[in-house]
Amino acid sequence: MTAMNMIQALNSALDVMLAKDPAVIIFGQDVGYFGGVFRATEGLQKKHGPTRCFDAPIAESGLVAVGIGMSVYGLRPVVEIQFADYIYPAYDQIVSEAARIRYRSGGDFHVPLTIRTPYGGGIFGGQTHSQSPEALFTHVTGLKTVIPSNPRDAKGLLISAIEDNDPVLFLEPKRLYSGPFDGYHDRPVQPWSKHRLSDVPEGHYTVPLGEAAVVREGAALTVLCYGTMVHVALAAAEATGIDAEIIDLRSLMPLDINAIVRSVQKTGRCVVAHEATLTCGYGAELSALVQEHCFYHLEAPVQRVTGWDTPYPHAFEWDYFPGPDRVAAGMRRVLAS
Amino acid sequence: MRNRGTLSLHIPQPHNRPGDAPDFSTIQIPPAGALERPPIDTAARALSPFAYTLIRVLDGEGKAVGPWNPRLSPEALKKGLRDMLLTRAFDERMYRVQRQGKISFYVKSTGEEGVAVATAHAVEASDMCFPAYRQQGFLIARGYPLIDMMCQCFSNVRDPIKGRQLPVMYSSKAHNFFTVSGNLGTQFPQAVGWAMASAYKNDDRIAVSFIGDGTTAEGDFHHALNFAAVYRAPVILNIVNNQWAISSFHGIACGEEATFAARAIGYGLPGLRVDGNDFLAVYAAQQWAAERARANLGATLIEHYTYRAEGHSTSDDPSRYRPSDEWQAWPLGDPIARLKQHLIQIGAWSEAEHQALSDDVATQTRETQREAESIGTLATGSRPPKATMFEDVYEEIPWHLQAQMKEAGV
Repeated sequence: MTAMNMIQALNSALDVMLAKDPAVIIFGQDVGYFGGVFRATEGLQKKHGPTRCFDAPIAESGLVAVGIGMSVYGLRPVVEIQFADYIYPAYDQIVSEAARIRYRSGGDFHVPLTIRTPYGGGIFGGQTHSQSPEALFTHVTGLKTVIPSNPRDAKGLLISAIEDNDPVLFLEPKRLYSGPFDGYHDRPVQPWSKHRLSDVPEGHYTVPLGEAAVVREGAALTVLCYGTMVHVALAAAEATGIDAEIIDLRSLMPLDINAIVRSVQKTGRCVVAHEATLTCGYGAELSALVQEHCFYHLEAPVQRVTGWDTPYPHAFEWDYFPGPDRVAAGMRRVLAS
Repeated sequence: MRNRGTLSLHIPQPHNRPGDAPDFSTIQIPPAGALERPPIDTAARALSPFAYTLIRVLDGEGKAVGPWNPRLSPEALKKGLRDMLLTRAFDERMYRVQRQGKISFYVKSTGEEGVAVATAHAVEASDMCFPAYRQQGFLIARGYPLIDMMCQCFSNVRDPIKGRQLPVMYSSKAHNFFTVSGNLGTQFPQAVGWAMASAYKNDDRIAVSFIGDGTTAEGDFHHALNFAAVYRAPVILNIVNNQWAISSFHGIACGEEATFAARAIGYGLPGLRVDGNDFLAVYAAQQWAAERARANLGATLIEHYTYRAEGHSTSDDPSRYRPSDEWQAWPLGDPIARLKQHLIQIGAWSEAEHQALSDDVATQTRETQREAESIGTLATGSRPPKATMFEDVYEEIPWHLQAQMKEAGV
């Protein structure tokens, strides 16, 4: 075990997979010699050679399309899109191609492609470096969507994603790269080294896709969340003293419905929290599933705590970000009825 | 059956990395004044050689030579020098402000001021600009108030775009300067659309757009060229080839066998390649393309060959991927130093006047900073009213956003 931050854990996952499987190949903007703008691929080109980890043109559609072609040959490409905000030119290749090739070919072809991309706010990145576009992808059948919230999960989930035979969108909460962030932006920044989940095995291991983690057991209500919001929800529970059960979904598709149902049937109350905008966000799907599966156990309407339905506003970062106060307010609303 | 060898994957590598001595010996630089200036109605096909050379006007002694010399008046040259110096001083100041934690981010244009400033001088103020994020020199040359630029960077209560965007993402309809996106390349085909609309309305205004060398890899770059060629859109499409796309050298963007200007050839457009650090050459190329566009002869692609002297942004550390003294070795020099040399050479300028002008723009930016900071910085939290966060999503605020405003307490 080694204490790693999330970047080091992701780097370790990529390093392990490059060493283990010659079919793994990494490319994206600035990922080669430079090691990526967030350093996730630092040292990998030097260690594994320029054909295993290399720079690519600024062309997201091209990156994904080339990754699909390589997958069809039999490689397991890992493509980095520098910011999730820049993924939209690749949307057609992801939605119409990567996600459907298995289906449209009657199982003849498949696409074991992993697309890594940093997402989310909290770094004063404005509307072009802060978005949470997960719902645009979870809506797409044939594509898996994964979001880690800590270094240990990040490494295990990324290895699972690379080994998976379907395309996986791997969204990395960039505010968590160097430390857990609970939404209290005016408090000192915490490093991962003080967090128990920074204890990361050095070699190969997996965290299976489709298994949620109960990060805090509780009886009063259930909070469904992922990524940065896991830490925000924990902070809200601590600040309010509310006995919340907090579930880190880790994988949005496939989704661990059993963990959700088990918890909500126990608590009878549910808050859904994400950074992304409210309307047609992933919370809408979670809310519908809870209603369908747990209706007779619910004591109150499901509450959603999310970013506002506006673009991510640079100067209003902390008014936009659904921090612990807003999660706490959501918890109180669900307890009030 | 033929003997078949095995394949190997080619990964391009730049010539110079940290620790190497900068080496630009492979760059072919024709002498200033060597190229003819073709008539503006020359068929695109006959212009192909211009995509593989460099249009240059200023020679090593600072003399303006050859048929591309735009023969600008000393006053026009001094205005160009002032705008470039002001741009550099503004960049220096805002960079320092970012390092002091008063703004979140900044992008300098050091070393490539000549491209944006000379373009602004060569086209009409009524022509529409669709910029990338490193054309602050264009806005400065158009006389956009420095105080508004700074307030945008500070995201303060006087920020014209209400704190919505990262620093440098300016917008000014009044100055015919389209809102900077932050996403890459999207503005290039939009400029073509604006130009098509101008043609449709029998207007006489043209569009001008900028894109970086790295961004030419995006599909939008190619959409722009194709639409521009198909509809003969009155637009000047500029590639600022500053050699580096963050850490990637130009060979990653387009391979090492073609120039960026040569991208025009396959689309049937004129492609001009210009010494981007030569104010007069940039001006002359823009003037040629503008005349051609206004004569209803369609679009021109211009590659400005220059060098990004600083990091990509304040988030970047170029010493990790290129020799730190590369700019000093850049064979096309500094656009400010070269125009200064020219003005002195023609007897219209002196070292003392240059020093006085440098001091003047430094004072101007310092005083503007003081004024902008007195209004507020991102750090001091003098922001536009919080309710503005919910405005301009739509023309009118729908019920669900009104509900969210209420929840947000505004």
